[in-house]
Amino acid sequence: MSNEFKESIHRAVNNANLTGALGKFSEAYKVNRAKAYEGIDFEELRGRIAELKSYAASHLDQLSEQFARNAEARGAKVFRTSDPARVREYILKVARDNGVRSIVKSKSMATEEIHLNPYLEKAGISVGETDLGEWIIQLAGQTPSHMVMPAIHMTKEEVSDLFSKEIDERLTSDIPRLVKVARERLRPMFLQADMGISGGNIAVAETGSIVLMTNEGNARLVTSLPKIHVALVGIEKLVASYADIAPILKALPRSATAQLLTSYVSIITGPTPNPDGSLKDLHIILMDNRRSEMAADPKFKQALQCIRCASCLNVCPIFRLVGGHVFGKVYTGGIGTILTAWFDELKKSEDIQGLCIQCGACKYVCPGKIDIPELIMEIRRRLVKDQGLPLMQKAIYSVVNNRHLFHGMLRAASLAGKPFTSGRFVRHLPLFLADLTDGRSLPAIAGEPFRDRFKNIKQPKFKEKAAFYAGCLIDFAYPEMGESLVKVLNKAGIEVVFPQDQTCCGAPARYSGAYEVAAGNAIDNIKALLDEDVQYVVSACPTCTVALDHEFISTFESLGQSEWIPKARELAAKTVDFSTLVKSLVDQRRLSLKDGQKLGKITYHDSCHLKRTLKVSEQPRELLNRAGYELTEMFECDMCCGMGGSYSIKLPEISGPILKRKLHNIRETGAPLVAMDCPGCVMQIRGGLDQDGSAIRVQHTVELLAERLED
Amino acid sequence: MYEQFKARAEGVSAEVHRFDTRAATLEFIITFLKGEGLHDVPQSHALWADCPFLGGSVRQSLSEVAGLKFDVSQKLAAQAKFGISQMQWALADTGTLVQDSSAIDQRLVSSLPAIHIALVPTSGILADMPTLLTRIHPGASAYIAMITGPSRTADIERVLTIGVHGPERLIIVFCDELGGGN
Ligand code: SF4
Ligand code: SF4
Repeated sequence: MSNEFKESIHRAVNNANLTGALGKFSEAYKVNRAKAYEGIDFEELRGRIAELKSYAASHLDQLSEQFARNAEARGAKVFRTSDPARVREYILKVARDNGVRSIVKSKSMATEEIHLNPYLEKAGISVGETDLGEWIIQLAGQTPSHMVMPAIHMTKEEVSDLFSKEIDERLTSDIPRLVKVARERLRPMFLQADMGISGGNIAVAETGSIVLMTNEGNARLVTSLPKIHVALVGIEKLVASYADIAPILKALPRSATAQLLTSYVSIITGPTPNPDGSLKDLHIILMDNRRSEMAADPKFKQALQCIRCASCLNVCPIFRLVGGHVFGKVYTGGIGTILTAWFDELKKSEDIQGLCIQCGACKYVCPGKIDIPELIMEIRRRLVKDQGLPLMQKAIYSVVNNRHLFHGMLRAASLAGKPFTSGRFVRHLPLFLADLTDGRSLPAIAGEPFRDRFKNIKQPKFKEKAAFYAGCLIDFAYPEMGESLVKVLNKAGIEVVFPQDQTCCGAPARYSGAYEVAAGNAIDNIKALLDEDVQYVVSACPTCTVALDHEFISTFESLGQSEWIPKARELAAKTVDFSTLVKSLVDQRRLSLKDGQKLGKITYHDSCHLKRTLKVSEQPRELLNRAGYELTEMFECDMCCGMGGSYSIKLPEISGPILKRKLHNIRETGAPLVAMDCPGCVMQIRGGLDQDGSAIRVQHTVELLAERLED
Repeated sequence: MYEQFKARAEGVSAEVHRFDTRAATLEFIITFLKGEGLHDVPQSHALWADCPFLGGSVRQSLSEVAGLKFDVSQKLAAQAKFGISQMQWALADTGTLVQDSSAIDQRLVSSLPAIHIALVPTSGILADMPTLLTRIHPGASAYIAMITGPSRTADIERVLTIGVHGPERLIIVFCDELGGGN
């Protein structure tokens, strides 16, 4: 991580204005978005969008061709190029040929992408941004920090300072007045401009139309008043047919700003008359800039399904803490990381890809149905492939890949007593990579790991068997969770086996982009777990469950190791998380919890992988309810706790405040007990509460249920 | 569907009225204009773009209303306080008005003045966007314009503020007798 990058994070998290504004916004956004989607089947809607955009991404050439033909037939001039430099030259030439001196622009990320404004200004042409947010950052000499709300990082006081300077009059920070000032200041620019430049939200191949959506009404003026209109459109905006615009018009405003529709939508097809009666000189530029390459990449093709709503930024726990500028100058947030890696270069994403904690919140709301965290992982993988792992990490993973050495070291760590302060390697083992970070105590490594304790557990013999996959945290830090699990399953007539050859699930390696290491872990585990004749493979760690259930397969796919995929699928089919299994046992009346208990208030924290990848959230709640707890939901119950494996150690400045927020929300419920299904979350949250000297108990659901079994 | 439209449009700060006859509609508009300070001076006049409503002898009958103009130009539109135009459709599920705006006059009167008065035949109310897309097609309409409430922004501290570059008030007037549109 470069120092410059670390400093930018430091500045951002210590900018109270920024984090305060973004925090408030993201909280309100969630509520408003839900309201805007009321009565709409979001999954169905985004399924349609993903499908039509994916079709377009597979037919970019054909649709560009068709678009150009149809737009030209209507009198537009269409220029197609893959090169940003040629876009700039083309626009400058049109401007020069027509003696253009001033240009008004409506918001366009594509023009930001190619740094058009400075280029035109250097050629002596004045360029005025007219979207209020864009104008503000233009005056401030900054770059947008958010795709939809470019000036979201600025306060009204900062805006009033800028405007005061611009109109040479001292203004207060009264927002309606500031907006009026913008209206009055920009109006003459609209009326005098020789050229208007817009982007395009959608380009329809069937009709040669571009669709523009704005709230302020500036795009209507930009496309109506000046005699020349240039629309710069990235080819990912293409859709095949006119009817395709309906689902996008439905989702984009709802996802972007929680509106049912933007105030203005314009569908422009060919030139229309100018105010003086002449016909508009309409130029449409279809820009590729590596989008076709992206479409040809089996992993990244889905990124072209993006409709640029920025909801992935709005729900991201990292974005709301650091804002956009930490991500770079053009595209920001999760999708911005991906677009930067492509439209700029892979290397540019080296630092920012590390910002993603893989919580999956963005994937959950993306109307383009893009698996953003998965693509960020793929960037990580490719970076590691290109540049190799840092030396230290390499050393760590060579240990993790050697099960005996790895487990031996963990055992040694527990003997050393003060595990995290001694031993160079131990301190840097993936999950516990621990310099004791601020705001959180770390657990001691258990004196006797689960794998040893298991041998002493006396179980009745049953025909039905489940293999328990413990994962490093339960095995070496929280063996009591494993014991609880055995107790619960035995009660339901299931015998637990513990394949001793199981090892780390590979998630830490995978999340660092070390896919080869992760694949090695996957193979070891597949062998160990499929060797047993069992009905289920059960895990009480969602990260491990996701590894067994999805990631082994996708790791092999990424590496092209297809010979292991059938086995990985076989394992996936048997894999189940603890709460889902137990809930079904309770439903089948194979397991009963003590009746009529009044155990008081509890609150529940949804772990990212459990809720969003495994789609499990009701099962543990119902089980706890049935056990006799009275569930009080915390605010943002499914927001990440900031753990993210080694994330909390690599980026403590970000992880810390995320944890703080989580602890606050837990405390606010007044519950003396918080449950969760992930040992990683237990480690993070218990550590945080412990540091605060709080009396709130933190337990894994498995432990709470084991206490409540009927005799 | 009218009630749904009205609720949705008012939800985004539009003002919605409905009259059964042309005469009542016209009377409302004139009374509104006068009440809001219509005068024959720049920044106070009204500009009415050509539309079916003005057919027959209506336009003639309005010739003596001082400050009400019909010859649309960019200059007059930029100086007008009121812009009046007729929209073809209204979408009940989003409170949206839709018009074939290929003629520049239609856009000038609905984008530059501070107040836009939009006349709509009540029969032009459609259920939703997919229905609309089967009625209006880019093949015949070079500039399809949709308007949902007045111009707005939330670009300064995300505080919703009405009236940036477009109208700060949108007055929607349905006329049952106008028919047409579909
Ligand atoms: S990736 Fe998805 S959520 Fe993010 S801007 Fe694109 S469409 Fe919206
Ligand atoms: S997975 Fe989580 S941290 Fe990563 S980009 Fe998405 S929301 Fe942000």
